[in-house]
Amino acid sequence: MGNTIALVGNPNSGKTTLFNALTGSNQHVGNWPGVTVERKEGEVRFRDKVYKVVDLPGTYSLGAFSEDEMVARDYILTGNPDVVINVVDATNLERNLYLTTQLLEMGVKVIVALNMVDEAESKEIYFDVKALSGRLGIPVIPTIACRRQGLDDLLAAASIKIDSAKNGQFAISYGESIDTKLITLKSYLSKSELAIPLNWLAIKVLEGEEYALRIIKEQEALQGSTDFRSFYEELAVHRDEYQLDIVDARYNFVNTIVKGTVSRPAEPKTTWTDKADDILTHKIWGLPIFAAIMLIVFQLTFAIGEDVLGESMAEGIEALGEIIKSGLVSISAPWWVTGFVTEGIIAGLGEIIGFIPLILVLYLLLGLLEDSGYMARAAYVMDNIMRAVGLQGKTFISMIVGFGCNVPGVMSTRTLENRKDRMIAILINPFMSCGAKIPIYLVFIAAFFPKHGGLVLFSIYFLGILMALIMAKIFSKTLFTGEVSHFIMELPPYRKPTLRNVIRNMWDNVSEFLVRAGTIILTVVSALWILAVLPVGVEAYGPESILGRVGSLIAPIFKPAGFGTWQAAVGLFSGIAAKEAVVATLGMVYAGVSEGAELVSTIRSVFTPLTAVAFMVMTLLYTPCAATIAMIKKETGSVKWATFAATYTFALGWLMAVLVFQIGSLLGFA
Amino acid sequence: MNCLSLIRLNAGDHGKVEKILAGSAATKRLYEMGFNTGARIKVLKNDSGPIIVCLGNNKIALGRGLAEKMLINIEH
Repeated sequence: MGNTIALVGNPNSGKTTLFNALTGSNQHVGNWPGVTVERKEGEVRFRDKVYKVVDLPGTYSLGAFSEDEMVARDYILTGNPDVVINVVDATNLERNLYLTTQLLEMGVKVIVALNMVDEAESKEIYFDVKALSGRLGIPVIPTIACRRQGLDDLLAAASIKIDSAKNGQFAISYGESIDTKLITLKSYLSKSELAIPLNWLAIKVLEGEEYALRIIKEQEALQGSTDFRSFYEELAVHRDEYQLDIVDARYNFVNTIVKGTVSRPAEPKTTWTDKADDILTHKIWGLPIFAAIMLIVFQLTFAIGEDVLGESMAEGIEALGEIIKSGLVSISAPWWVTGFVTEGIIAGLGEIIGFIPLILVLYLLLGLLEDSGYMARAAYVMDNIMRAVGLQGKTFISMIVGFGCNVPGVMSTRTLENRKDRMIAILINPFMSCGAKIPIYLVFIAAFFPKHGGLVLFSIYFLGILMALIMAKIFSKTLFTGEVSHFIMELPPYRKPTLRNVIRNMWDNVSEFLVRAGTIILTVVSALWILAVLPVGVEAYGPESILGRVGSLIAPIFKPAGFGTWQAAVGLFSGIAAKEAVVATLGMVYAGVSEGAELVSTIRSVFTPLTAVAFMVMTLLYTPCAATIAMIKKETGSVKWATFAATYTFALGWLMAVLVFQIGSLLGFA
Repeated sequence: MNCLSLIRLNAGDHGKVEKILAGSAATKRLYEMGFNTGARIKVLKNDSGPIIVCLGNNKIALGRGLAEKMLINIEH
């Protein structure tokens, strides 16, 4: 393996686009701060050498404000990248160079990719790249990542940097008092053996960063010295003031770099982004527009995904099933092989594959919204509502991500800095109806409400949001009290979505769905099939099978909700493993139905419109899938919270389903 | 000097950041996002939601609670 290149940059600097352009890998560009929560890697070949490229989360700083920052900082410090490419948004040079300054303080080998120079030019911002590079003391390469321009120059500069000596000592003045303190501190630190750059560590100690303070605490030699301790205590007193002075000093340094090397108009030009924002973030129209956009997304998903593509897909699977079945019969395979393949595997996968177009369309549309920059506006217009329930607008983004899948939904809460926001956002994410639940609704919609599909779907989603908000309010009043956190969010300029990014993102999600379908769901369906035909001799899928007996045991719980059949119980049960398995399971247990249309007509005979609604409400709200529960455990770092999330959602789902059925019955619905 | 809390500025007003009176973590974050002392900002929107300001070529939305704690030296 060759050398490692790390990409670092501010959110919205085009870092992820550059990563895609370099590696051609499947990765996703987002417009809200910090969409790259995971460390992504790829490879790039340049002049017969292969380089590993690591994409770090977008950050404004390398402190400890959020987990993203810590991930980036730790990787640069301990991951030993051979060179760091600092992606800099040319239209926002000062703020981006602030991060560059910190990289220089760390003493790592760094080069600057001055990205989006085309956008800067359209805003009449011009650079003297050579002078910039000279003043910074590191190479500065203009790039346009989305058009793949400047990549070769960038890689050439990176490879030269890798082979060159380390950056010289970088020193800016932070003001006399701080400079003296730094020198004293460094002389103390030099006595202990530390693997981190001392200059950087000393600055971080003065800034009062937890991380640095912890390192100091662990140095026994230092702690043993009374001289050091009194010096250190003195520092602590002035920490707040040092902190801001250091930030100011960095900006002063940036200003000296920028002065005379950048020319721009005195007044920023009014762009069409500004005009669009007048409407999209309007205090009256902002929210209805957002609601309308979401309604259109679901209507389109339904219309294109289900009606146009889904049906032809389902027919194809059906035909394939017939061919395989007759093939197996013609070679006179034993009954259990034929049964397992056609009723278990084909039926199970068929149900799932039929819904792929739908998920494709949903991800395509959500990806377009994201890539265009609209999502940040959605967070903005939702801020007031979220604030009313004790959260802030940014929380809503994790909720929208949850519409695709709750696993990334829960993961995306990492960009929330405040623990209260984050815990609540995690706990309510399962109410955001994920893509895998759509097939379940569709079966019931096809059976009872075929004319009002989009509306029913929208109402379900709306109920999910409503329950999430109600629970958020309850949690913020009970479990997580504390102040509402501050809302700070960049509103990136609207950009024409890059088709490649959107399609990559869509494909990533769908292929993940397929892999899951091929593994967990197949396992669940197979296991259920075995349970359904055992003990040997019972009627397959009958109430006497193991499956039937287990189902019958659970079923009474759901009686008050109107669907107390063992089949429904088994279906919901399989959904705790994976929501994708529910339809396949229902298909199996309702007398081994293998075809979509047959399942729909069986459902129509077993359920009533009212119990169908109750079942859909249960599906919407009850326990999330195993993968989501596992992610909740990972993100909260606690089994307790994961268990809590799994149980309270079940209780709430049950309660709501019962309410729907009981009140509906009282009102005379059936 | 003509200093006002950001929340009292109207769309179109512009000025320089004079002082931020928020907690130390929030203040540092604002500094790091470019709202350091002397940074020039312009208010784009101030109605019922978060305040949108223009900082350099950036648009940043700031919650009202935070905006209240930012003192701006208004320029005419």
